[in-house]
Amino acid sequence: MSETVLSVQNIKRDYHVSGGLFSKARTVHAVKGVSFSVEKGKTLAIVGESGCGKSTLARIITLIDAPTSGSLQIDGQTVDIAQNGLTSDLRRKVQIVFQNPYGSLNPRQKIGDVLGEPLKINTDTPASERRDRAMAMLKKVGLSEEHFNRYPHMFSGGQRQRIAIARALMLNPKLLVLDEPVSALDLSVQAQVLNLLADLQDEFQLTYVFISHDLSVVRYIADEVMVMYFGEAVEYGTRDEVFANPKHSYTQTLFAATPRADVESIRARVAKKRAAA
Amino acid sequence: MANNAVNATTSAEPSTRSRRAAEFWFYFSENKGAVIGLFVFLLLVVVALLAPLIAPHDPTQQYRDSILVPPFWQEGGSASFLLGSDQVGRDILSRLIYGAQYSLFIGVIVTLLALVGGIVIGVIAGYARGWVDTVIMRVMDIILAFPSLLLALVLVAVLGPGLTNAMIAIALVLQPHFVRLTRAAVMAEKTRDYVTAAKVAGAGHFRLMFVTILPNCMAPLIVQATLSFSNAILDAAALGFLGMGAQPPTPEWGTMLAEAREFILRAWWVVTFPGLAILVTVLAINLVGDGLRDALDPKLKRS
Repeated sequence: MSETVLSVQNIKRDYHVSGGLFSKARTVHAVKGVSFSVEKGKTLAIVGESGCGKSTLARIITLIDAPTSGSLQIDGQTVDIAQNGLTSDLRRKVQIVFQNPYGSLNPRQKIGDVLGEPLKINTDTPASERRDRAMAMLKKVGLSEEHFNRYPHMFSGGQRQRIAIARALMLNPKLLVLDEPVSALDLSVQAQVLNLLADLQDEFQLTYVFISHDLSVVRYIADEVMVMYFGEAVEYGTRDEVFANPKHSYTQTLFAATPRADVESIRARVAKKRAAA
Repeated sequence: MANNAVNATTSAEPSTRSRRAAEFWFYFSENKGAVIGLFVFLLLVVVALLAPLIAPHDPTQQYRDSILVPPFWQEGGSASFLLGSDQVGRDILSRLIYGAQYSLFIGVIVTLLALVGGIVIGVIAGYARGWVDTVIMRVMDIILAFPSLLLALVLVAVLGPGLTNAMIAIALVLQPHFVRLTRAAVMAEKTRDYVTAAKVAGAGHFRLMFVTILPNCMAPLIVQATLSFSNAILDAAALGFLGMGAQPPTPEWGTMLAEAREFILRAWWVVTFPGLAILVTVLAINLVGDGLRDALDPKLKRS
C-alpha cells in the first residue's frame, strides 16, 4: 500500500573552488553518493554535524541546485533539472521550510501576499479564491484572520515559522523539506511547531525530510533516520534501530555527546564522580 | 465570515500605514536642518507651480527704458522691479520665479532618467553576476573615471546644445552611482532565504529581480535620488553657464548667470540673485537628503 514519494540513488554534488594566485583550483565533494527513499506520510530525519552536506542535500531535493551525478525520483517521476529544467507541476510537489524564520520572509510583503504568492505564480486561481485559501491556511497553522494584512516584522520567531510552513503548504506539496525548522526557536515554541508539523502530516498525508542536529527532536518526529558524516551516509535505518543500536562510530559519539537528564543517568554520573574522588 | 475578516483587516490597514508615516516623521524631524530644507523645497515647488500668478512681469518682456535698475532698497531702485532688472530690462524676480520651474523640471526628469536606468542596469548586474556584471561595471567605471562636468560637456557637444540634450547628458553622468548602489544592495539581498523561498515557489527571474528583491533595496536609492536631484540642478546650471544648456532667453538660473557675466562689476544684483537661488535650492535638497538617510537607514535608528 505504501508508495514511495522520494527516492534518491547515489547522489553526488561537487563544488569547484577556483584557484587564486597561490592556490590550485580544487573540488570539494559536499555530498558523496547518498541513497535513500521515503514513503508517503513518513518522516526521514537527516542528522549530522555542521558542514556534512545536509543542507546541500536539502537544496538538491528541493530542486534548487542540480546534483553532479546520481538520480532523483519524486512521486515516481525521474527529475533532472540540469537537463530538462523545471516545470511548475514539479515545483508544486516539493517545498521547503528554512531554518531562520527571520530571513525567510520578505520584509516588504504582507502575510496575505506571502501566502498568496505561490498560488499566483503557479496557478490561475482568481484573487478572491487565493485570499480565501490563504486565510484558511493561516488558521490551519494556528494564526488568525487579523494577521493577514500584517508585515513579517510584527511577528515572533515561532509565528514566523508557522507562516513559513503555511507558505510551503499553499501548493499542496507531497514532500516537505524541513531544514532545521526549529533550531532557531526556543524550547517551548519548538514543541508547538513540532506538534503543528505532526498534525499537518496526519491531515495532508505529507512526507517530511527533516534535517536536524538535535537528536531529541529527531527521536520525537522521525520514522527513519539517516546519519551523515563528511558527505556520506554512515547510518540509515528506522528510528528505533538507529537509536537502540548505533553501528557507526560517529553515531555512537553523537549519542554519547547528547546530554541526558533522566534520573538514572544523573545517579550514574554522580556515582562515577564519587568513585573517582 | 471571510468577508467580515476582509473588512476588519482593511479598516485596520490605514492605522498601520499612518503609524509608519508617524515613525518616519519622528526620525526625519530629529534633524532640524532637514525640516528647514523640506520647507524651503516645498516653498520652491509652490512658487514654481504658481509662477504665472505671482510673477510681477513676463520673464522675457524687455523694458527698454529701465535697463540695469538696482533692487528696490538701493538708490535708484523702483518698486516695480523688486530685485532689479538686467541688461535688457527684464525683471529679475520674475525670471527667478519662472527659473524655479526649469530647475525643478530638470531635477525631476534627470533624476528619474538616472534612477530608472540605473536601477534596471544595476539589478541585472547584481542578479546575473558573471561576465554580464563585469562588462556593466567596467563600463560604469569608465563613465565614473571622467570628471562629470567634462563628460556632460562632451556629450552635449556631440548631441548639440539645448536643455533636453543637457538633461540627457547629466542623466547619463549620474547613472553609474545608481548602478553601483543598486548592484551592491541586490547582491546582499540575493543570498537571503526569502529570495530562495520565492524561487522555490516558482518565481521567474523577472519577478525575483523586480518584485522580490528590488523593494528591499529602495532606501539607499531614495537618498541617492534626492542628492542627485540637487546635483542635476547644479550641473544643468553649470552647463547653462557654459552656454551648453538652456539657451537664451530661457530664464534658467545658470543661463541667467552666463548672460550677466560682463556686468558683475557694474551691477552686482544680476549675478547675485540667480547664484543665491541655485545655492538655496541645492542646499535645501541636500539637507532633505541627509534627513531621509537618517530616517530610512535602520542602522541609524534608535528605538
